Amino acid sequence: MTTLPQKILPQDLAAAASSAGAAPLLDISNLSVSYSSRGERVRMVHEVSLSIRPGEVLAVVGESGSGKTTTAQAVIGLLAENGQIDGGSIRLDGTDIAGWSPKQFESVRGQRIGLIPQDPNNSLNPVKTIGASLSEVLRIHRWGDKRATRARVIELLTRVGIPEPEVRARQYPHELSGGMKQRVLIASAIALQPDLIIADEATSALDVTVQKRILDLLDDLRAESGTALLLVTHDLAVAADRATRVVVMKDGRVQESGRTERVLGSPRADYTRTLLRDAPSFAAGYRTPRSLPGTLSRDLPGAGETESVPEEVPGIRVTHLVQEFARGRRAEPFRAVDEVSFTVPRGTTHALVGESGSGKTTTARAVVGLVRPTTGMIEVAGQDLAALTGEAARRFRKTVQLVYQNPFSSLDPRQSIAQIIGEPLRNYGRTTAAERAAAVADSLDHVALPRVLAGRRPRELSGGQRQRVAIARALILRPEVVVLDEAVSALDVTVQAQILDLLERLQDELGLTYLFISHDLAVVRHLSHTVSVMNRGRVIESGRTADVFGSPREEYTRTLLDAIPGRTPVTAPVTATPTSPHTP
Amino acid sequence: MTSPLIERTDAAATAGARLRRVQPTLVLAILVLVVVLAWAVAPGFFTPVDPVQGDAAAALQAPSFRHLFGTDATGRDMFSRTVYGAIHSLSGAIIAVTVGLVLGTLIGVLAGSIGGVADDILMRLVDVLLAIPALLLALSIIILLGFGTTNAAFAVGITSVAAFARLVRSEVVRVRHSDYVEAAFGSGGRYLAVLVRHVLPNSLTPVIAYAALHFGTAILAISTLGFLGYGAPPPTPEWGLMIAEGRNYVATSWWLTTLPGLVVVLVVVSANRLSAALASRR
Repeated sequence: MTTLPQKILPQDLAAAASSAGAAPLLDISNLSVSYSSRGERVRMVHEVSLSIRPGEVLAVVGESGSGKTTTAQAVIGLLAENGQIDGGSIRLDGTDIAGWSPKQFESVRGQRIGLIPQDPNNSLNPVKTIGASLSEVLRIHRWGDKRATRARVIELLTRVGIPEPEVRARQYPHELSGGMKQRVLIASAIALQPDLIIADEATSALDVTVQKRILDLLDDLRAESGTALLLVTHDLAVAADRATRVVVMKDGRVQESGRTERVLGSPRADYTRTLLRDAPSFAAGYRTPRSLPGTLSRDLPGAGETESVPEEVPGIRVTHLVQEFARGRRAEPFRAVDEVSFTVPRGTTHALVGESGSGKTTTARAVVGLVRPTTGMIEVAGQDLAALTGEAARRFRKTVQLVYQNPFSSLDPRQSIAQIIGEPLRNYGRTTAAERAAAVADSLDHVALPRVLAGRRPRELSGGQRQRVAIARALILRPEVVVLDEAVSALDVTVQAQILDLLERLQDELGLTYLFISHDLAVVRHLSHTVSVMNRGRVIESGRTADVFGSPREEYTRTLLDAIPGRTPVTAPVTATPTSPHTP
Repeated sequence: MTSPLIERTDAAATAGARLRRVQPTLVLAILVLVVVLAWAVAPGFFTPVDPVQGDAAAALQAPSFRHLFGTDATGRDMFSRTVYGAIHSLSGAIIAVTVGLVLGTLIGVLAGSIGGVADDILMRLVDVLLAIPALLLALSIIILLGFGTTNAAFAVGITSVAAFARLVRSEVVRVRHSDYVEAAFGSGGRYLAVLVRHVLPNSLTPVIAYAALHFGTAILAISTLGFLGYGAPPPTPEWGLMIAEGRNYVATSWWLTTLPGLVVVLVVVSANRLSAALASRR
């Protein structure tokens, strides 16, 4: 449990006072939404009430299936085809829009309410240039003539901080990075200066540093034009940093709502407490040295400084690893991993952190033996991987196992859970069906899954359960080294906390060595003993997690750490008081 | 992360719900196919009349209760001929689909799983096969092999190998790059074991649907060859041949071409409907 300082700045009080007087811009009361599925109606949102005043940031927080996205979709009239509003009202400036037709909503969308979608990579038309996509928004709403539209597009791109807007406007989405694309989508959301912007997990798919820049940008825009912001997120830390008020949702019901400092500082609902406890950013402290094998805790080597524990063979030793990928005949090969070295003592966790494209996943795949290093050496449990070929390499796979990021794609949809977990056993030596069944049941116990799941298919399991199955499959061969590639990134915080606990427990019980790949520094702090920070294929800083995170030497590490949401004590951001009403 | 979809974890309930929502066109399609299959298996059960022996006194009679589809110039009962013809058309279609499916899958799996030069060579061969018009190719093969229902069916099968190979290859390539196949190798799977356990089962669903679709096309193609005289020799009651024989009497005796033709259309449409149902069941 954490205690968050109750720090309220004077300007917050002023803002609260001024906005309390203003009429709410959006007022949802007793909203109920249901979906019909195969002839049955299932209610997903139960009598939800919330309101947003002009210039305010309201965060709707909850895990998947909590109904937060459904609520946001109802506001903008974009419920799925089988969705239906059963009751309640959605008042936008006093007008109830709950029962409006799609035609009527066209006048609201873009004009009054802007939407920033979840996944920037799938939200832009791939065959249209950025400029064309943006001017389409303006054209639909008859914003102005061709020349004015063009000028406005450039102005918008400049506004959201895209360098060389004239060049970018002529480019296609695939030529832009994820962060850039999200900026374009923000530009399209603010194009018509709406009163309210809905950001539905708008930054969840982005690196922390990019996420910070995008959220800063939204803050600026809000302060500038007094736009209200409805932030739909699963990340309590983001809500803590950015929102004036928070609504916590679970199973389609509002659990708690109120000012951010109050809700997160002294939560009333049990569920809010659970969320706060499970969110890695709020769980204070580094991993206790208790779980380190006795002798090692004394002098844990900083990664990269090899040979400091000569008496023991390390779990993983990577020396001067270089990984290059060909880029066609003419071009120089692309160097994804550049002279990376680190050592992981047995029974400890080493984390590779960095933004996407930093080479951490490529390094992980090389350690598992899925890609051959261009140069450099990788030793796993004392065995040089390069010396292994063919059948010997296959036999060695027993020693090192990989858990994938996405539990939805790493399990064969046609196999039963028992077949999935038991398959590695079939690959190594003869086992009878009965022996395998017993081993599978044992594994299920290990990862705390009920044994009845053995007969199910992956699609019948939740994301968290699937990831446990993936872990069980990796562990059934009793490997010495487990590589976890963003293995908990796709999970809700509560499930994430359970999986992290499980990993920690299994490490203590079985003496496993983990190589933990993550962009989430809060999780890394929680689980790993040592860490290497990677940037553009190089390790720029490494050592004990507490040292690196506590007193980073490199500017880049500091940037990464500063970008973690929820690190600063909870204080409400300054609420901009809208100066003038919206004029279209 | 924020999927509004309701995840139903109870498989039994899902299956039950699927059964409850009966699709009438699908039921009709299956009914048509079952009846035609029954014709092929036990034609004597549906008609007592001999399909080859004609009654010259009752030539070119319009459809009636006695002769449901009328009679032809030599007084043979057309309904009886249609019923007995089912075995020729169906067995031909089955041979054609099997040839296409087996050879196509083999080529597709080899190309998709080996990759590299083998993939290039196999797929260029497939391109060549695709470049030749299907009917021309079928006719050439028949001329090489000799006339007859089986040879015609085999020829039709060969013309479909290319399409099957392309479909299978694309599916195999898709599945081969999935995380679970990599995970299977990662947990010590041997090449063949992974191919059989993961790649094949996951790539065959659309192929099965295409096979059902091709079943209808094959019947049509075999009938076409029969119509042109490259299939079964007279007086075999083969559907295409029957339509060809009735061609000279279209002006006076419409039933000779129209009714067997309708049966062909019905079977083909039914096979397509079944294929659509199979394809959507993913």
